Amino acid sequence: MTTFSQLERWFRELVPAVPYCSLRAVRQRNEWLQVRRDVVQPVRRGEDLGVMVSVEDGGHGYAATADPSPAGLRRAFAEARAWARQSANLHLLETASRAPRACRGEYRSPVQIPWDSWSLHSKLELLRRLCARTAGDGRIVERRVGLGFQQQESLLLDSDGARLWQQLDCLLPSLSVSAHHRGETQRRSFGGDTYFRQGGLEILEAVDFEQAPARVVDEALTLLAAPNCPDGERSVILAPDQMVLQIHESIGHPLELDRILGDERNYAGRSFVTPAMFGHYRYGSALLNVTFDPTTGGEVASYGFDDEGLPAQREYLIRDGILLRGLGGGLSQRRSGLPGVASSRACHWNRPPIDRMANLNLEPGDSTLDALIAGVERGIYLQTNCSWSIDDSRDKFQFGCEWGRLIEDGELTTVVKNPNYRGISAGFWRQLDGVGDAASRQVLAAANCGKGEPNQAVRVGHASPPCRFQEVMVFGGEGG
Amino acid sequence: MRDYFQELAALLPILVADDEYLGAHIRGEVSDFVRFNHARIRQAGRVRQQTLAVDLVQGQRHATAELGLTGDPTQDRGRLTALLAELREILPLLPEDPHLQLPPDPSCSESIQGEDLPDSSALVAEILAAVAYHDMVGILASGPVYHGFCDTRGQRNWHQQASFNLDFSLYLHQDRAVKSRYAGTRWDSAGWLARVAAAERQLALLGRPARTLDPGEYRAFVAPEALEEITDLLGWRGFGLQSHRTRSTPLLAMIENDARLDPRVRLVEHTKAGLAPDFQASGFRRPPRVTLIERGRYRDCLVSPRSAAEYGVPCNGADAAEAPLSLAMDPGGLATGEALAALDRGLYIGNLWYLNYSDANAGRITGMTRFGTFWVEGGELREPVQVMRFDDTLYRMLGEALEEITREQSLLLDPGSYGRRSSRSSLLPGLLLSKFRLTL
Repeated sequence: MTTFSQLERWFRELVPAVPYCSLRAVRQRNEWLQVRRDVVQPVRRGEDLGVMVSVEDGGHGYAATADPSPAGLRRAFAEARAWARQSANLHLLETASRAPRACRGEYRSPVQIPWDSWSLHSKLELLRRLCARTAGDGRIVERRVGLGFQQQESLLLDSDGARLWQQLDCLLPSLSVSAHHRGETQRRSFGGDTYFRQGGLEILEAVDFEQAPARVVDEALTLLAAPNCPDGERSVILAPDQMVLQIHESIGHPLELDRILGDERNYAGRSFVTPAMFGHYRYGSALLNVTFDPTTGGEVASYGFDDEGLPAQREYLIRDGILLRGLGGGLSQRRSGLPGVASSRACHWNRPPIDRMANLNLEPGDSTLDALIAGVERGIYLQTNCSWSIDDSRDKFQFGCEWGRLIEDGELTTVVKNPNYRGISAGFWRQLDGVGDAASRQVLAAANCGKGEPNQAVRVGHASPPCRFQEVMVFGGEGG
Repeated sequence: MRDYFQELAALLPILVADDEYLGAHIRGEVSDFVRFNHARIRQAGRVRQQTLAVDLVQGQRHATAELGLTGDPTQDRGRLTALLAELREILPLLPEDPHLQLPPDPSCSESIQGEDLPDSSALVAEILAAVAYHDMVGILASGPVYHGFCDTRGQRNWHQQASFNLDFSLYLHQDRAVKSRYAGTRWDSAGWLARVAAAERQLALLGRPARTLDPGEYRAFVAPEALEEITDLLGWRGFGLQSHRTRSTPLLAMIENDARLDPRVRLVEHTKAGLAPDFQASGFRRPPRVTLIERGRYRDCLVSPRSAAEYGVPCNGADAAEAPLSLAMDPGGLATGEALAALDRGLYIGNLWYLNYSDANAGRITGMTRFGTFWVEGGELREPVQVMRFDDTLYRMLGEALEEITREQSLLLDPGSYGRRSSRSSLLPGLLLSKFRLTL
């Protein structure tokens, strides 16, 4: 297989006589192991190498190819250049609007126990053992335990001499069961695929994967017998594995500068946030502090540089409730004149970079979970997202959770099924009146964030403590 | 690409031992993607890619892998040989797979459609000329998409389609926009201009002050593009045999409690009318039609080879996801041109957005209105409506609230391109509903 050193040499030899061009190569290796109802599913391995070249020549054009040979690169340069010329008078961007980038650098995920250090047999035996622990009750009708590995190595070169190399290793442990009785099915999962992190097999111990089966089965069976979630306004405490979704949909997406610039209006949507809001808009209560931080080792979207080459840096997007900056890479920052971050990302070699979230984290406060609960007279504790829907401006939302537990007079009481809640982003975060402390914060992720035309799905990290919100409309399932 | 596929197919028997079976599924595309914003080009480029998914079988043991192909036969042969050696090393470590099933007797096929697409740069010039005075945003995807299956028993299936999909919106201001799609295998300038003209007619109405609705129930006409969002969601766990047997289908009430839709509702996986190939990733052929819902009652599931082995029923050509690729709903008796008059007063819903289950056991769905949604009074579009959330069950929308189904169906080609361009399509009518539940 072609090596990155070969690619670098060929790029320097073949670079066309244009004002600017770049090459981004991505090699990806992945493996997905799953045991379903005690049967080992076919092992799925994947290996892939491809290249995207981008050219400025009057306009901008790109070409992506799975053929990284000199002949493949020559053709890609020619095709990218052709698009650059054809778009010269039709392009939205001025020629000089490319993003600034770092010159040279490297980044590698922290890995203690590499994926390949355990045999396939050992990994499958672990999954078989955990899957067997979910068996035993006839009402459990579906059982799955899985382990996913992905290694992505990338190289970014440009005609100005930049060379940026990164290798990201990610692990996703997953487990879910479905329980069924008399026309009712309840699913309970191990965090709903949020335990997706960078690193190696040491993550399994860090997230207590071995302990998950008994708890997940017990909770699925409890839900079968539980009453429907009651309707009405009440205080809500969202667990970290629901905060992932709440942060993602109603803070992350609305702050993407390309949405605000209108690029996404035909697909992912626009934003209720306008350029005039940055610097003074009260996004949430004074307890709301949100950072963009791709430098957190171990969180799933950590990196040293974004895919346009901008060096990663931790930044506050919202501080003490006030909106400060958006999620947009160098290009979007120049287009909009707004402050942004190093967040221009492509899902793979076959898609161009666009503004994305990376690690978008809600900073801890000073309350323990017990203290948050103790402060609620009539409320509900909600865990693990199972349904998500929000309007194209990222304002009116409705989310559902796998698990709900009522809070009465400061104590957790009845477990309820089918809990949903809805609200409006612009007001919801101002109802935030309690934020969990550092000990209650969890490092989690959204495994597949979809956006862009052509479409791209990327992994996004979200670390959050549990948070409490006042007067939220909560409701249950049909016929409740 | 077809020649490359044939070379690859001829190579397979050489790469395996006598006691081995090797199946190979190739997917590829040469796609031009041109992204627009403010009626200018935002990003433009070409993507050439092809991947090969292989399944190496020894007895009841097998291992699968997906390999990105360069397109160079010599280089790819070496990489494939190395990959198979790697799979042979892991096969002894794997248990026998009780759900392994190989395709029945080898069955060969070839389908090549739409070879006369204009050059993408010519399309771009034509597109931008027609929308020069509008705030247009969207994407053009154009070029050939390939699917092939071959195995060591001599099966050869090839499906090649050159198509375009222009998915676009015209914006008036803020969230006021009309969405449209022009897609097919043959570009017709008149057809494109007709789409623009139709969008412009709705755009003119968007300038009127928007009506804000209170939550409640409203009469509604659901356009085919809006129904597509509902059937797309239903395709997620709705029709697969595994989701039925594990009781995770949102149609649970139909299979357990005999819940029914309106007797006029018939849903068919209509491979013959769609763009997807008539073979799946493991080489099983798809029948022309699989009836999923008939006379409002559940009939057949989509069955993948693994589900077929697990549950002891015949495979009907579904991929592992057991989701429809060419879903069709039967037409009814209402002329589309008469739909607004039949609605008289209520909502014209041009598109829906971001649907999800709010109570899957009950088939309850939530989502948003988006793009061209209008208030109708006296059978005429009056003014746009502020975006609203709905939350309603399938059994109401396609059951007790279903008044009429349009006589005409729209063939909607999926503009999706996660990983690669989609070959999914839907053939759907519009629906007139006596009530549609808005909640926020």
